[in-house]
Amino acid sequence: MKSAVIVFPGSNCDRDAHDAIARVTGENPAMVWHQETELPDGTEFVMIPGGFSYGDYLRCGAMASRSSIMPAVIAHAATGAPVLGVCNGFQILTESGLLPGSLMRNAGLTFVCERTPLSVTNGNTRFTSRYQAETDLIIPIAHHDGNYFADADTLDRMDGEGQVVFRYGQNPNGSARDIAGIVNEQGNVLGMMPHPERAIDAKHGGTDGLALFESLLGSA
Amino acid sequence: MKAKIHVYLKPGVLDPQGAAVAGALRNMGYDEVEDARQGKLIELDLTGENADTAKSRVDEMCQKLLSNPVIESYSIEIA
Repeated sequence: MKSAVIVFPGSNCDRDAHDAIARVTGENPAMVWHQETELPDGTEFVMIPGGFSYGDYLRCGAMASRSSIMPAVIAHAATGAPVLGVCNGFQILTESGLLPGSLMRNAGLTFVCERTPLSVTNGNTRFTSRYQAETDLIIPIAHHDGNYFADADTLDRMDGEGQVVFRYGQNPNGSARDIAGIVNEQGNVLGMMPHPERAIDAKHGGTDGLALFESLLGSA
Repeated sequence: MKAKIHVYLKPGVLDPQGAAVAGALRNMGYDEVEDARQGKLIELDLTGENADTAKSRVDEMCQKLLSNPVIESYSIEIA
């Protein structure tokens, strides 16, 4: 599967995203600068990496979600192709309207950087099929604004339709209903605060993130 | 022309920063502080002379970038 990683000024997980994709697919993803207006021909999977795009000014992800490349990403998602946003990437996906809700300042007001227990609450998505319904993943988080908010109706609807894919074992940030990751209604856009791309190597804190990339890129 | 835009969190949206500000003020002895909400003030310098046109353009800017309708409301002052 041909992949692309979008790079914004202030992205800092773009190399990790690149390496995770390369490890699973054996192919280097295209690194696409935010000022481009088109994805490379044949791109299937698009990953929006973590970081602090535009210094988190105004709102996290606000400016990045309006940058030149984003209309192409939004159009790509509309075709049903897979799009993954991690951390700042999740914030960019909510700001662009590809995912519902918003990510607010952590309830404890501090930046949290730790290995966090997660459960897979929907193992039937294209991102989680290789996890099935595991309940004891350890995947790192590192964020200041990961406190997921949506109105009660939206939360109920997402719960009812299986759109909540990951929940925290111990809520680190005040996130509504312990939400750590969600998919859109069509199931092809995933946003999550934990960093699966930082959990692909036993020497670097575990391999619990690997199955996400294998679910997605192995099943293509 | 100048536009002043106040962006604030909608009622019902938890504001941890506002809560911390209220807590700090109470710690300082300002017991009358029941709650605090923290927002943003954005000032724009604009060309053009028609205040109505300016206001409708700024309203568009608020909807497209300056506020997030999921969590925020805004008000616009043109001067």
